[in-house]
Amino acid sequence: MITLFEARKILTMNPARPDATHVAVRDGRILGAGSRDELAGWGAYELDRGFADKVLMPGLVEGHSHVSEGVFWRSVYCGYFDRTDPDGRVWSGLKTIDAVLERLRDVAASLPDPAAPLSGWSLDPIYFGGERLNRHHLDQVSPTRPIGIMHASGHILSVNTPALERAGLLRPDVDHPGVPCGADGLPTGELKGPDAMMPAGRHVGFNRELQAGDELGLRQFARLCVRQGVTTATDLANLLPDAAVQMMSAVTGQPDFPVRIVSFRRAYGMTMTELFQRARVLAGHSAERLRLGGVKLFVDGSIQGFSARLRWPGYYNGEPNGLWYTTPEQLREALELALADGILVHIHTNGDEATELVLDCLEQVLRRRPGVDHRFTLQHCQLADAAQFRRMKSLGLCVNLFPNHHFYWGDQHHAITVGPERAERMNACATALATGVPLAIHSDAPVTPLGPLFTAWCAVNRLTASGRQLGAHERISVADALRTITLGAAYTLKLDGEVGSIECGKRADFAVLEDDPTEIAPERLRDVRIWGTVQGGRVFDARDI
Amino acid sequence: MPTMPALPVTIIGGYLGAGKTTLVNHLLRNADGRRLAVLVNDFGELPIDADLIEHNDGNVIGIAGGCVCCSYGSDLIAALEDLQVRSPRPDQVLIETSGVSLPAAVASALSLVPGYRTEGIVVLADAETIRQRALDPYMADTVMRQLAQADLLVLNKTDLVDAPSLVDIRRWLAATAPATPLLETRDALIPLTVVLGLDATAVGDETRSLGTRFEATNQRPHDTSGYATTSFRLDDPVDARALARGLAASAVGLLRAKGIVNDHSGVVLQLQVVGARWQVHALAEADAGPGRLVTIGLRAAIRPGAVEALIARTTRL
Repeated sequence: MITLFEARKILTMNPARPDATHVAVRDGRILGAGSRDELAGWGAYELDRGFADKVLMPGLVEGHSHVSEGVFWRSVYCGYFDRTDPDGRVWSGLKTIDAVLERLRDVAASLPDPAAPLSGWSLDPIYFGGERLNRHHLDQVSPTRPIGIMHASGHILSVNTPALERAGLLRPDVDHPGVPCGADGLPTGELKGPDAMMPAGRHVGFNRELQAGDELGLRQFARLCVRQGVTTATDLANLLPDAAVQMMSAVTGQPDFPVRIVSFRRAYGMTMTELFQRARVLAGHSAERLRLGGVKLFVDGSIQGFSARLRWPGYYNGEPNGLWYTTPEQLREALELALADGILVHIHTNGDEATELVLDCLEQVLRRRPGVDHRFTLQHCQLADAAQFRRMKSLGLCVNLFPNHHFYWGDQHHAITVGPERAERMNACATALATGVPLAIHSDAPVTPLGPLFTAWCAVNRLTASGRQLGAHERISVADALRTITLGAAYTLKLDGEVGSIECGKRADFAVLEDDPTEIAPERLRDVRIWGTVQGGRVFDARDI
Repeated sequence: MPTMPALPVTIIGGYLGAGKTTLVNHLLRNADGRRLAVLVNDFGELPIDADLIEHNDGNVIGIAGGCVCCSYGSDLIAALEDLQVRSPRPDQVLIETSGVSLPAAVASALSLVPGYRTEGIVVLADAETIRQRALDPYMADTVMRQLAQADLLVLNKTDLVDAPSLVDIRRWLAATAPATPLLETRDALIPLTVVLGLDATAVGDETRSLGTRFEATNQRPHDTSGYATTSFRLDDPVDARALARGLAASAVGLLRAKGIVNDHSGVVLQLQVVGARWQVHALAEADAGPGRLVTIGLRAAIRPGAVEALIARTTRL
């Protein structure tokens, strides 16, 4: 059975016919895009005029996200910016500490059990003029129930006194750089870094199991995808034990599951040889809406957490250099195994020294063992300079940059972490394209909200939260940005032959839009209204997802 | 939370290939009745000798003799919390860090979990590669920070370098970490008592009074003829902090010391010295006996009479 969708306009990303009015779909795949007359030749069809006033573009591809975004919405949203939850409710941004406390009090009042923990997320005190949320603030919400608020960076947890007590941290002899103490000698309630966060985290509802994702979280994540026009999304660092694979296979295999999940096995807990054997086994469990077999490596930490590895002269504020999460020996071994087995590897490098190490190691490995079309992808890669992009090009690397970060933390990078000059070159999308390095851009949801059109807006405008235009020379055009959030991201996942454009033979994956992103003013790209998606020929209306 | 004495933790650091895993296997094989809990970063990189394994439950491996080995990955805190509820309770905890970890950061993390106390940081260096690592454009600062954070340095694999190179490495390490005692070995063969400490209570009975040195000469399971273990009885109260601080001074030449002493303030205190690190803390249980002190050091490095002089100086009559 052929369905012929009619639209106001179809942006195909196929240079042979960049736009069209109709697209014919059979068995979840595209027969072709063109005029109604052209497509009639495929045989009898059912005309669907539901999108006659809408704009279709290829289903958006999020190349770096985590399904845990779906899990965090079980906590109270405490962010500074408006954000939409899986139900479509827009939670207003909270502009003061009092506003945060008021929302927490409202939610706490609705909890019947006075001892039940309360958790919040996405707090960003950077915008509160230097005032920090401490345990005494949170004790005003409740002096009895443990309360913990995760910061937007994911690197800091603010907790109240009961949470500190349950964690055994309300004592004067805690000696840790991530646990600041007040005038009374006791912790203030801010816990910085994974070690410091962990003891209190599990008493306020942030534990390992939760972060790993579950069935409900996966479904909630999928609903967010539909709202953002996303039909393929990565889950970029999962441990993927057998139980998780079974759960994900069952959930994504259900007929109404609306998104293709590409989940990478995080390098952890195994030798490299075992890891790549496991990746081959996982690849065998792939299905239409669950793609497995990729591997994620970590080389350093984060720039705003000062754990990223920077080349000379290091951090602008003089912080010592960050931390290595792997050794050159382990990295070379992993790259060599990946080339031998044809396994796709995505590599987290934030600082430019971490990027340089990958470039060096890959070059050494490729000299010994030439690799064809490996598409290894540097993830974040925020601080790379032009020379490094030239090396990426010659080594066959792809890059997935982080323009959202530029918006949310660009001002801090300018003032504190890397200083004005290097802040302007961060997330160098224009350099990547000019150099010919295959480019994707990402949200790293839940670190920033899932939404490729917003990410595209960030790359096109390069504005920071304060309104500063940071690195105007690295802006890219709307056309390039739209290609990057479709074909560009698909290429880094080796899925560009299946998705990313609307043309004969590809999956019938569309983002259904109310506005034409090529006609709206570039500075309003993030305001494009999204109706929903078509995924594998199935229609998903965001209003009743 | 029950008021159990804090579990002593020894952190074993050093770059990839320095011999940390060999040392851990060696200690597990020769635990000598101590119940050790070994936390390793990643089972992936730790082949526990197969003949030591009694059972394997995924994240926890049971070792012959009551020891356990757990992997902690990115979540040391959770592993330490899990360990607290294990029965039977281990006597001592060993943390093997990853090759790129900074051991002092692991010690900081330990302070977050009540019930643990960092006793010392032992950092291994591979004699064959350490100089080269210390010049590596990427890893140099990590390697140097690891060495600087050691309470005891172990230069391992000395059989793989020639004599002039060894002299050169020795000189370089002495300049790099001037206050840190250095042990040299191959195959990571370091006596248990050096890595994990002495048991002051157990040897107390054999101890003679001050001035009489008692040397343990047959420490199993391998040759320890280069090490001298000496016990002292301290009948009179001492200034425990001054004594501990003095024992940690590099001029005395000790690797470790442990004592249970009657402090001049009137309470019984336990003192711990690992290289330059010293601690004094209260005893969990009352102890009425005379004070006693056990020291271990390299025979060649110990300054004769220094401990006796120190005891005399810190004794309050």
